[in-house]
Amino acid sequence: MDNSLLSLLIWLPIFAGIFVILIGNERAITARWISVATSILVFIISLSLYTEFDSNTHLMQFEEKTSWISQFNVYYHLGVDGISMPLIILTTFSTILVIIAGWEVIQTRPAHYMAAFLMMEGLIIGVFSSLDAILFYAFWEASLIPMLLIIGVWGGDNRVYAAIKFFLYTFLGSVFMLVSLIYMYNKGGSFSILAMHDLSLTATEQAWIFWAFFVAFAVKVPMFPVHTWLPDAHVQAPTGGSVILAAIMLKMGGYGFFRFSLPITPDASYEFSEVVIILSLIAIVYIGFVALVQRDMKKLIAYSSISHMGFVTLGVFALFLAYKPGAAEAALLGLEGAMVQMISHGFISAAMFLVVGVLYDRLHSREISTYGGVINSMPKFTGFAVLFAMANAGLPGTSGFVGEFMVILSAVQANIWYGVLAGSTLIVGAAYTLWMVKRVFWGAITNPDVETLSDLNAREFSILAVLAIAVVAMGLYPQPVIDVMHVTIEHLLNQALTSKL
Amino acid sequence: MNNMYTFDTSTLWVALPEIFLLSAIVVVLLLDLFLTKPFKQVTYYLTQLSLLITAILAFNLIGEPKTIIFGGSFILDNMASIFKVFMAGSTMVALVYTRHYLTEHKLFRGEYFVLVLLSMLGMMVMVSGYSLLTLYLGLEILSLSLYTLIAIARERSGAIEAALKYFVLGAIASGLLLYGMSMIYGISGSINVADIATFAANATLASREMLILNFGLVFLVIGIAFKLGAVPFHMWVPDVYQGAPTSVTMFLSTVPKIAALAMLVRILVDGMGAMHAYWSDLFMVMALLSIALGSVVALMQTNIKRMLAYSTISHIGFILLGFVTGVVEGYGAAVFYVLVYILMSMAAFGMIILLNKQGFEADKISDFKGLSKHSPWFALLMLAIMLSMAGVPPFIGFYAKLFILQQVISAGFITIAVIAVVFAVISSYYYLQVVKSMYFEDSNNEITITAPMDMKLILSINAVLILVVGLFPDFWMQLSISIF
Repeated sequence: MDNSLLSLLIWLPIFAGIFVILIGNERAITARWISVATSILVFIISLSLYTEFDSNTHLMQFEEKTSWISQFNVYYHLGVDGISMPLIILTTFSTILVIIAGWEVIQTRPAHYMAAFLMMEGLIIGVFSSLDAILFYAFWEASLIPMLLIIGVWGGDNRVYAAIKFFLYTFLGSVFMLVSLIYMYNKGGSFSILAMHDLSLTATEQAWIFWAFFVAFAVKVPMFPVHTWLPDAHVQAPTGGSVILAAIMLKMGGYGFFRFSLPITPDASYEFSEVVIILSLIAIVYIGFVALVQRDMKKLIAYSSISHMGFVTLGVFALFLAYKPGAAEAALLGLEGAMVQMISHGFISAAMFLVVGVLYDRLHSREISTYGGVINSMPKFTGFAVLFAMANAGLPGTSGFVGEFMVILSAVQANIWYGVLAGSTLIVGAAYTLWMVKRVFWGAITNPDVETLSDLNAREFSILAVLAIAVVAMGLYPQPVIDVMHVTIEHLLNQALTSKL
Repeated sequence: MNNMYTFDTSTLWVALPEIFLLSAIVVVLLLDLFLTKPFKQVTYYLTQLSLLITAILAFNLIGEPKTIIFGGSFILDNMASIFKVFMAGSTMVALVYTRHYLTEHKLFRGEYFVLVLLSMLGMMVMVSGYSLLTLYLGLEILSLSLYTLIAIARERSGAIEAALKYFVLGAIASGLLLYGMSMIYGISGSINVADIATFAANATLASREMLILNFGLVFLVIGIAFKLGAVPFHMWVPDVYQGAPTSVTMFLSTVPKIAALAMLVRILVDGMGAMHAYWSDLFMVMALLSIALGSVVALMQTNIKRMLAYSTISHIGFILLGFVTGVVEGYGAAVFYVLVYILMSMAAFGMIILLNKQGFEADKISDFKGLSKHSPWFALLMLAIMLSMAGVPPFIGFYAKLFILQQVISAGFITIAVIAVVFAVISSYYYLQVVKSMYFEDSNNEITITAPMDMKLILSINAVLILVVGLFPDFWMQLSISIF
């Protein structure tokens, strides 16, 4: 059982998804119950990853390895460490939320909708647990397919454009990664990611491979200037699609930097770290201002996502400047902050998109101007919304604060100006979030439709309550999360600082 | 060596599949004349049976040691036997789809099946040909049957135009090929592939022999490139694909590619292997042009048959890249790609035929609108086929591209690999157009599927294989390499 735990996590939702398709849209209620039961089961199973995880080693755990394609020496090789394990649990957690959130809302082809999310869950767990580059790439690309269909079939008016743009952008990004993976295979004779960590590469090779990886991961994160697909995809996607996209798919990019860029091309990462840092700061500051002027709530949150993900890349690449011989704390803080930020952003962005989803289900508008004074008709809902908005703005005591604070501390060590610019998000972020809250929730009711809004039903209440608990718990006591990743991150820091030349 | 040039009846077993098929053709042709209308289906079943037996006979010859008979003009080796099994198998699948098409369009005639069998015979001769003459004979048997097959829908002007175009351009290509062969024969004094190989290996650089060999080589490459449909010899492909009856398009876009590949291997790898440096440059240019043109021009197509024609051109580009490497693994990658391409292309045309109805050709991309609502199962299969063609994992098309790219990068052509993948991304846009039609759009027209059960079943298996072989590609990759 233990040995095939990861396989179970990958294939159980995929086969359940196929089963749900076979049940068909006519028997939607059965399909829904099976989907939610599977997702809860998968979540419970994934918790045993946490309980049985040994946080004293950076080595891969729960490993599985069988030969897959002998022609290329490719193995079906799975395993997790302190970086991937929390992300897998985040995935299984978010999937439950989106399946429950789509319960009544999705009336067209409900079974297929549920099946798409279940399959995507399996594929994304595959991305986070693959230790073979081809296996990783196969899961990485395959996870695009359900998302393409989710946006294209259940999305808004302009869904076709958004779906195809999403697919092409990410596809184009990742083929360069494929070429560099093959290059390293030809050089080292193995597609094993761990073997690539030890592969010695010259400075030129590292530079090329670094940029090939960078394109793939930067599109996914997304970083300025390749972020333009995200607002389109988010705005058009159904609520569930936006949640998975923001909470998990963006993390695949961040994960790529941790798993590939830093350990495989440490010297190139060092050499080009300032470029990445500057792009991250542009994302944090400039995109923050872009978010300020949005009229569409989903677009606003999409831009705020880009801005928050900027902290992840900033934390990762600030380590080279923050590191002083003998004092690794600042660099470590940046890396751990980036990880915490990814998980916290998973909760907060999911919550924000669900909040918008609740409003959209009632009035079918995402425009800020449609609303105003929602608090009068939906007091309970407003309570949650304001909490999540505060977390989005980085209020201490919520999870949004922890990661950003750690990254800012690290950035200050790197260069005081980086810290100042990154810190400005606390103002800009608060500005765009709170201004939206003011216009949507507070004030007098301007639109007569708002008066008729009914407050949260039990289903919506429970989803938002679970997220609220997660956000506050992470904010007050993030130590358990940091503990599981600490040793792995230390090892990663070592790899990143050890020159391959 | 002398023994090789004698005719010995005890060696006839080597050509048993061909001999059987020829006899079967005669039987089917004669029998069809005496069958009255209600029994016309007998021709179909007999054809399938003949192909099945041919495949079994060829299968039994796998593993036999390399044998050359008929005065050195006919070879039996693993490549020949494995290719023959594949060709017979894919022709059988093609005929299952074909029957539905012919019935719906009132084209069901005995000649159709006889012509398919004849072209099959031609392809088998090409696969086993070991002298320039046998190869050419096989090619002509194939081509003449194909010209006639296209024109079988004689009341459609498009089909006649396609047949004529194919005939005229095909004749020019055959002429060029023959011209090249005569050059080679003139300087080496032999039409036998083995002799040519020895001669080419011994020719000194920059000698007069080398010059003439090179001259002949260029014409041979042109002839082969024409048959494969590589740029700049691709002009016939879109018109013929669009004009021909869909069942013929399906046949001519799939099985003959194996035969053309075999001819390429026989002439260029076996015969002119020593001159790889010369022809690999030509291949490189053609491969890149094919990938680029195939990917870009297909973007504008609204007719799905025409779109698939350009997609074929781009696939051919990838196949040619495998030969640029000059190593056995590279050739194996090309063979693997061809097999994968046939699996995908067969399924894609099968889907088009599936949507055909009495007098209605479903050849527009927009004919797929709303398919996911009316038939979710077949929409899902078409999704798999299209994404596989685009090279998205976990479908088989990805592994074919991976294998080729790995070989290309291993040979040191990283820039070429990068160009190829960028165009692969561009080409994914038009495959997504089909997905878009099926899933994101809806049509008011009810899509009814009138195909019989056997076609639905075979098509489903065919398309599911795209995923299944994609999950377990190892056996096919090993097989593709083992034939060299």
